[in-house]
Amino acid sequence: MKSTILAGALLAFATATGVHAQAIKLADVAELSGGGATVGTNWKNGIDLAIEEINAKGGVLGRKLEVTHADSQSNPGVARAQVQKALDAEPYVLLGPGYSGSVKVTAPLAAEAGIAQIMGGEAAELTQAGNKFLFRTSFGQQSSMPKVAKYIHDEMKAKTVAVVWVNNDFGRGGRDVVVKELDRLGSKVIADLSTEAGQADFAADVGKIKAANPDAVFVYLNEEESARILKELKRQGVTAPLMGETTLIGQKVIELAGDAANGARGHVGLTTDAPVDLIKAFREKFSKKYNYVPDHNGLKGYLAVYMVKATTEKMGKVDSKAFADTLHGLTIKAADEPGILMDVTFSDTGDIDRQSFLVEVVEGKQVVKQVLPKVK
Amino acid sequence: MSNLFDLLVAGLATGAIYALVAVGFTLLWQTSQTINFAQGEFVMLPAFLMLAAMHAGAPFWLAIILGILLSMILLGLAFKMLLVDPMMRHGVLPLAIATMALAIGIKEAVKQFFSAEASPFPSIVPTGDISILGHAVSLQSIGVLVVAILAVLGLTTLLNRTSLGHQMQAAAQNPTVARIIGVPVERMILLTFLINAFLVALASLLITPIYLAKFSSGEVLGQAAFIAAIVGGFNQVRGAIAGGLLIGVLDNLAAAYVSTQYRAAVPMIFLIAVILFRPQGLLGRAEERTV
Repeated sequence: MKSTILAGALLAFATATGVHAQAIKLADVAELSGGGATVGTNWKNGIDLAIEEINAKGGVLGRKLEVTHADSQSNPGVARAQVQKALDAEPYVLLGPGYSGSVKVTAPLAAEAGIAQIMGGEAAELTQAGNKFLFRTSFGQQSSMPKVAKYIHDEMKAKTVAVVWVNNDFGRGGRDVVVKELDRLGSKVIADLSTEAGQADFAADVGKIKAANPDAVFVYLNEEESARILKELKRQGVTAPLMGETTLIGQKVIELAGDAANGARGHVGLTTDAPVDLIKAFREKFSKKYNYVPDHNGLKGYLAVYMVKATTEKMGKVDSKAFADTLHGLTIKAADEPGILMDVTFSDTGDIDRQSFLVEVVEGKQVVKQVLPKVK
Repeated sequence: MSNLFDLLVAGLATGAIYALVAVGFTLLWQTSQTINFAQGEFVMLPAFLMLAAMHAGAPFWLAIILGILLSMILLGLAFKMLLVDPMMRHGVLPLAIATMALAIGIKEAVKQFFSAEASPFPSIVPTGDISILGHAVSLQSIGVLVVAILAVLGLTTLLNRTSLGHQMQAAAQNPTVARIIGVPVERMILLTFLINAFLVALASLLITPIYLAKFSSGEVLGQAAFIAAIVGGFNQVRGAIAGGLLIGVLDNLAAAYVSTQYRAAVPMIFLIAVILFRPQGLLGRAEERTV
């Protein structure tokens, strides 16, 4: 009788632990409140949508995905505490944060725990510190700026370029890569203008651009400053074509700059306006579930989960220690894994290579003009 | 050379706005010994009042009128009655500190009620260029300059050519004697507060299309106008005008020929030089005050 009870208890324990181990646990730390609330909420909703889809189709290797969301309050200090708490629960993979500053302070924790971290930050330095567990969901500056430089040289046929950048880590990082690339391609930087974050008056800077009379102007500022300089460029009648990144042609910039934004072009790594069927389908599913159109952070969150799925299926087992090694150098094709939306290759540093888009502002709207291929 | 011309025009346009704000500084100082450290926020707020009127459905022209009227009530009448009058008897310094607190209060309130993000603001001057001496000059720069000059001319005419202006000057120069000869000093002081509110609302209308409507946009303006008022002479309207134009041009030339990082330092260095070598300001007159 005793042995029957013992066997029953053991069976119940095994079943219970078995059921518990069935789910693959992911931990997400994102900017759910504070200044980055839009970023974090889009990212979280993208994650939830992907998990719902995957679980509806039977999960990953027959196991369901589970995620816990924690709020970093857009504060690197809180993000660090939340990531530590999440890591203590030994998740399979850590997702987030979205802000580069928060990624910078949390990446060493995940690396120390040997847990892969798939995040939304874009600052160049994040993947240059030799961290073997950190992965991007979008381009870092070292991936996007060569494409920008190539477009300025090949498509805009600019022999001379004025570069305007904001004097902080973000601006300096982008400026350094683009200037180096322009130089390598043979386009000459004839005006190299640093501006201050929060600068209100761009009359003098635009005056210098006008005096230099370049074939093209590369603008790399934050959104509000981008809007101010676009207005000033129009005010002073600068007609050289304008090229930038997401921060030059984003919806907020268009709203602030009005007519002055028309004609500005920018390189965009991810956009829900992309002429890609899978992205259109994602946008539709997301809008239906959440009643609003996602920005690129929604795409990033969605992609992060499908990166987990594709890598795990490639390994054929759920092994958090081998996860990072497998993802390094991995190419995931959209034909094999539609949730990845576009073919993507991960480098040994966790950087990303995939096609991107050249967007132009036409009559106050973003229009995708060209699809730029993968670098390699 | 063409670049220098463009810089001068842009500098004069910005300087004209600094001048409007600086004139307000000097008016308040002369009539009530108020150093208003919230003057920058006074420039920021009217734009948001106009935006609120537009959000409520008012056309732009009506929003301008409502914005100016509300500014005169809030930043003129209410400012004087609720803050300046009760604090004045405690001296210049407590009043100055109270205006600093007011500046923080206005900024936080705008951030709370609107948002921390910038908003676009329509321009009263159309975009486009006209040719002056063979140079293309933007209509916006010209418009800003013309409106600011007209406002300053109107003010100086009021002060120097009308009985009301003479009474205001009398109230500012010697309130006791002015009272004896029948000048309604209190009303004259209130009038200067209303004029200051009108000037900052006008400056707000002119500068916000360029700087965008944002809760923090008054910080730069308030500082520039304060420097302009000291450089020109805190006790002279014409000094504030000259100071404003000078700081506007100097700021632009510094950004172009020194560096963007040090542009804010150049007017400061100039300010220190003025304080050391001509403490009464370029056009100001030396005065002694009893404390």
